[in-house]
Amino acid sequence: MSEGFAKKVANTQVWKAIFRHGPPNNARNRAAVVAGNVFLHLHPIKLKKSGVQLGYTWCMGGLTFFVFLALTVTGVLLMFYYRPTAEYAFTDIIGLREHVPLGIMRELHRWGAHLMVITVWIHMFRVFMTGSYKPPREFNWGVGVVLLILTMLLSFTGYLLPWDQLAIWAITVGSNMAKATPFAGHGGPGAALAKIGDFVMVSDKNDVRFQLLGGRFVGEAALLRFYILHCVFIPLVVAILIAVHFWRVRKDGGISAPL
Amino acid sequence: MSEETKTSLNRREFFSFLAVGWITFGAATAGMASLIFRFLYPNVVFEPAMDFIAGFPDDYAEGVDERWKNGFGVWIYKKDGRLVAMSNICTHLGCIPTWLPAESKFKCPCHGSGYYPNGINFEGPAPRPLERFKILRNPEGKIIVDKTKVFRYEKGEWNNDGAYIDV
Repeated sequence: MSEGFAKKVANTQVWKAIFRHGPPNNARNRAAVVAGNVFLHLHPIKLKKSGVQLGYTWCMGGLTFFVFLALTVTGVLLMFYYRPTAEYAFTDIIGLREHVPLGIMRELHRWGAHLMVITVWIHMFRVFMTGSYKPPREFNWGVGVVLLILTMLLSFTGYLLPWDQLAIWAITVGSNMAKATPFAGHGGPGAALAKIGDFVMVSDKNDVRFQLLGGRFVGEAALLRFYILHCVFIPLVVAILIAVHFWRVRKDGGISAPL
Repeated sequence: MSEETKTSLNRREFFSFLAVGWITFGAATAGMASLIFRFLYPNVVFEPAMDFIAGFPDDYAEGVDERWKNGFGVWIYKKDGRLVAMSNICTHLGCIPTWLPAESKFKCPCHGSGYYPNGINFEGPAPRPLERFKILRNPEGKIIVDKTKVFRYEKGEWNNDGAYIDV
C-alpha cells in the first residue's frame, strides 16, 4: 500500500520535474539518484572497498571539506554582527562573545580554522604516504597544494579581523615579508635596480605590500582589504578549486585506491 | 561555386572571425585585469604626515626622548652635542620596540631584538640598526623632521648632511 503510494508519487510530473529520474528500483535510476543530485554528483557512483576504509584514507579530505562548510556557515553568521572598521572591529568581537546569544559561534569559527589547517596537513601526509600523488593524480596534488596555500591565507587574513594587538603586530610582521618580494617589494632583490636617476620606481608607496595593505602600514584600509579577502575573494577561489579537486578525484580513479 | 556556398561562410572566413573574436576577448580581459590592478592602488591614503616640526633643540635633554613616538613614530636622541631623529620601526619585521629607561635599551616585543640608545642593534634577530630620518632647522631655529629621507648606519650615512644637527 505505502510502497504503491511512493511509486505513485515518484511517477508524478512534479517529482520528475524536480528530480529528473524515476524511483531508484533499477541500476540506471540508482545511478541517476547520485549523478542528478546537485549535492551528490561529485560523489562517485561506485566506490572501491579500500576507499571507504577508515584505516586507509583516515577520512581527512572529507573532514577538511566538512570543516570548510562549518566555517562557511559560522562565518556568514558572524558577518551579521561584525563591522570591519577600526572603530568597531574589536568591540564587535568582544560583543560576539558577551552580548550575542550563543557566543560560542565565534569560537567555533576560530577552532574550526585551527582544525582545518590541521586536517589539511594530515590529509596531505596521508596522500603522500599512500603514494596517491603519483600519475594520473599528479595534477590533483598540484590543485591540493594551491588549496593548502589558500587555507593558510584564509587563516592569515582572518587573523587581523579581531583588531587587537596580537592581530595588528602579527599582520605587520607577516606583511613586512612581502617587502622582500623580488622586484615587486621595495626591500627585495631587484628593487634597488628599478631606479631612473633619483626617481625610485619601487618604493613603500607602490609595491606589493602597499597593494596588500592599501597603505604603508596596517591601518583601517588593511582591515577592510583583509575582510574582503577573508570573506569573499579567497573563499570563492577555494570553492571553485574544491570542485575541481573532487571532480578530478572521480576522474583519476576514485578515492585513493591503488590503480 | 554555387550561389548557396557564396552566401554562407567558408572555412577561411570562419577562422578569421574566430581569430578576431579571440583577440577582442583577450584584449578586453587584459584591459579589465589592468584596470583591476590599478584600482587596488589608492591615490589618497589617510596616514599621518611624513614631516613635522619638533620644537627647539633646547627642549630636549640628553638621551632618548619619546614625545613624538605616538603619531609620528620618531625618537629624538641627543648625545654629545648631536641631535638625531630615530625611526621607531624595528629593522627585523617592522614592529615597534619599547624604550626601557632602566636598562637603557630599546626592546622589540615581537622577536626580542634589542638596540642601544643610539639605535645600534646588539641582541635578537634585528639585522641592522634603527634608521635615522632627515633632521634640519627652519629659519626660526625650530627642528623639522622629514621622514621621506632615511639615513642608514650600514651604508655609512649617519655622518651625512641632514642626518644630524649640532646643538
